[in-house]
This record gives sequence, C-alpha cells and structure tokens, in this order.
Amino acid sequence: MSYKFPSPEWVESFYEQINGSDAYANAAKTWEGDITLVIEGSAGIYLDLWHGKCRAAEFMADPDAKSPEFKITADMEKWKKVLAGKLDPVQGMVTRQIKLDGNLVKIMKNVKAAQELVRCATRVPTVYE
Amino acid sequence: MWYFSSPFVVFGDEALSHLEQLTGERALIVTDATLAKLGIAARIEAAFHKAGIETRVFAEVEPEPSLQTAQRGAQVAIEFAPDWIVGLGGGSPMDASKAIWAMYEHPGLDATEINPMVTLGLDKAKLIAIPTTSGTGSEATWALVLTDTEEKRKFSTGSRELVPTLAIIDPTLTQGLPARITADTGLDALTHAIEGYVTTWRNDFSDGLCLKATQLVFDYLARVVRDGNDLEAREHMGNAATIAGLGFGNANLGLAHAMGHSFGSLFKQPHGRAVALYLPYTIDFTTNAVMGRYADIARFVGFTDSRDEEEGGRLLAEKVRELARAVQQPLCVADFGIDRADFREMLPKLVEYAEQDTQFFTAPRIPESEELAQMFEYIYEGKPIDF
Repeated sequence: MSYKFPSPEWVESFYEQINGSDAYANAAKTWEGDITLVIEGSAGIYLDLWHGKCRAAEFMADPDAKSPEFKITADMEKWKKVLAGKLDPVQGMVTRQIKLDGNLVKIMKNVKAAQELVRCATRVPTVYE
Repeated sequence: MWYFSSPFVVFGDEALSHLEQLTGERALIVTDATLAKLGIAARIEAAFHKAGIETRVFAEVEPEPSLQTAQRGAQVAIEFAPDWIVGLGGGSPMDASKAIWAMYEHPGLDATEINPMVTLGLDKAKLIAIPTTSGTGSEATWALVLTDTEEKRKFSTGSRELVPTLAIIDPTLTQGLPARITADTGLDALTHAIEGYVTTWRNDFSDGLCLKATQLVFDYLARVVRDGNDLEAREHMGNAATIAGLGFGNANLGLAHAMGHSFGSLFKQPHGRAVALYLPYTIDFTTNAVMGRYADIARFVGFTDSRDEEEGGRLLAEKVRELARAVQQPLCVADFGIDRADFREMLPKLVEYAEQDTQFFTAPRIPESEELAQMFEYIYEGKPIDF
C-alpha cells in the first residue's frame, strides 16, 4: 500500500520507518532536536527526534503551528526529488533549493543521521497527487 | 543544480609582478610573523607600491588561526579601509583573510554565522590569495577553518562569496620551504585531488582538475622534496595544489580527510601529514567494495592500462604508499610515536569526530561506526584494510 505525500498516513508510516531503523538509531544516538519539514504552499511534517528515536510525528495542515529547533522548507518538486534520492538534501541546502531555518553547524555535524532519516523517508511507499 | 567557482589565477615565473598592474588605493596584507620576518610580506608590499597602492601588514595570524585573531584583523581593516585584502601564507593566513574580508565588509558579523546559505554581499574590497606552501588549496576554495579560543572549538565554514577574486601562484615563494613541510603539504594536495575525484559530490567540472593535480603530484613531489631549489618542480607543485583546490573546492572530500581531521585534532598533528596517512587505507576500504573510481586515476597517471576497478584501486593505494615512503612520511600511527594505549583510549573520540566531519558523508563508501573503529586500529599498526 502506498501513502499520499504529505498526509497523516504517510507521516505515520515514516514514524514507523524511523523507529524501525537500527542505522538511524545508531547514527542519531546523540541527536536532540525537533524538526518541521515544510512543503511550501502545503502542509508540514513535525518530528520530535531524540537519541536515535522519533518520539512523536505529526502531520500539520498549518506548517507554522509549532516552533521547532529546525525548519526545512522546499517546494513539492524538490521534496519529490529528495524522496526519490535524486537530490542530496545537503547539496540542496548549499544551493539554496532547500531552505534551512536553524543551526547549520549542528546539522553538518549530524549529516550521517540526516542521511539515515532521508533513507527512512525513501522507504515509505509514496504516491503524489 | 551545482556551481563551479574559481578565482582569476595568475601562475608561473614572475606571477607576483601581476600585482603591479592592479588599481586601487590601499591593500591590507594578512600574514604570519615568520613571513613578515623573512621579507616575503615586504616583497608583496613593494609590488603594490609600484602600482601606487598604499599597504599595511597584519602579521598576527597563528597556525590554526583563531576567531579572535580574525576579529583583530577585521578591526585593522575597518581602520585602514583597504580596497584589496591579501591572504599571504599557508592555509592559516588565507583562511583568516577570508574571515577578515567578511567582517570588514560587515562590522559586527559573527564569523560563525558565515555559511553557504547566507548572502554576504561583499563590495568594499576584493581578496587576493597568495600561497607560500603547495598544498592547502585555500587560494581556490570558499572554505575556511577558524578556532574559537574562548569557546575552545574549531569551526569549519564557507561561502561561495569568499572564493578569492585573484590567486597568485609564484614558484619563488615556496623556494625555501623545508623538505618536511613540502612533503606534508604536497601529500595534502594529493589527498585533495584523489578524494575530490571519488567524492559523491564530484562533477564533470571538477573531474579533470583532480586527475591533472594527481598526476602532477606523482610526477613532481618526490623531486621537490629531494631538491627544494628545483624551481620547475616547485612551479608544478604550486599549480597542482591550486588545481586540486579548484577540483575539491567544487566537489568535496571524503574519508581520509574525516579521519585525518579527527586524528590531527586529537593528537595535534599537522593537517597534511594526518590526512595523507589515512589516504591509502581509505582507498583499500573503498576498493574492497569495488567502489570509487581509482582505476581512472591509475590509468590517467600512467600506472596501468587496465580498466579493472579493483586492480586500479589496489595499484593506486600501493603507489600512494610508495610516494609517502619516498618523501619519508609516516605510514602508520605508530610511526608518529603515539603509544597504543593512548590511541585506544581516544578511539571513541576518533570515531565520533570523524563521523561528525563535514567530509565524512560524501565518501564513496561510508563505514559503520564499528568498521571505522576497526580501521583506526588497523592504521595504528599499518595493516592494509581487508574488509
């Protein structure tokens, strides 16, 4: 079964992928911080990430409803490329195709965790409208 | 989407005389005390004076330059109001000059906030980078590394806007460089070139540069270490370092840099010597999974005609070790005189720092934490990586 991106069902599946990933648990074992992934002109995906686990994941119709430590914003086409493994999120940030609000240095020190998080997202069976 | 950034490069015999053709009013030369004492800064000043440009020298840059030094340099710049800023020296003065440039243009800017996602808008001055070693490549890149001595931490950052406007590669500036530093910095350039070719951020624009730089280092490094006055070899090594800088600066690096940075910072070893130590072992590791593009490099340099990736990787690793031996570089951690128990005690930190390095994640093969720890153990005693 595939899930529409973004939707509450997709976020639930993403949450399960994160918490089922040993690679993510290991790479993010020291990470403390929450993130909202914002799909420009659409919704947001809130993730409370703590020591290799996702404590909470929430689909947000209003992406500004929470004030997380990090906000990563891109349009739908860029997110599709990230989820298809065609756009490296860090290269996307460096070229400003993806906007980061938050401490870049903290992200750069945890790139392995970020990469594993993206891998978890790519494992969610996804469809787009 | 990606970018290719480059300074205007002046190289070869009499390259420094290009300064005499510049126009402007004031040039601030950022350098270290040794280069000022040796009269190198005075040579640069003399060239500017021929162009009718007033100069001031800020010669306070230390090895592994601090944020606080850069802030002092920026204050000097604000008072002097230069239209040219010159980074003269090895990587330290050139990195410091980039930060000074940004903080001069924007007084009050926190250098730790410089990053590729922020637009700086630099228009008061232009930056000239003049390397006096052949290795760092900082003259051609947008990266800088500073140490915050108050917070006791090193930070690595960069901005496309901080690529020097002009890079001057004059072989006479490296002529008196001691053999040890020539070897350390030359192997740094080799590590830039090889890792820049295999990184996951490689691209069509950076590939040729990395191949050519690799070839130049293999052709000229041992020669210039044997005879530091061989100006032809000095010139080619200077070019190799800048070409490698253009290559990796527009791609990224990999595991040898991540491991070398970690080792160098924990055991206080020079950058080039540290990263070069790890290079052949990371080639082993990557080749074991038949990844990397080392066969291309081996063919281009002329070591083989084979297109076999595994054969090329093995051969390249052996040639790197051969070159390191030829220039009397340590081939294992034990050669640095580091006690095994001390090394083992640091192992968790070595792994942690390497994994947090900004070059780690663009390696063609990324080890798991346990594999990385095992690699450090193998490299302690010089055992080729067999997993």
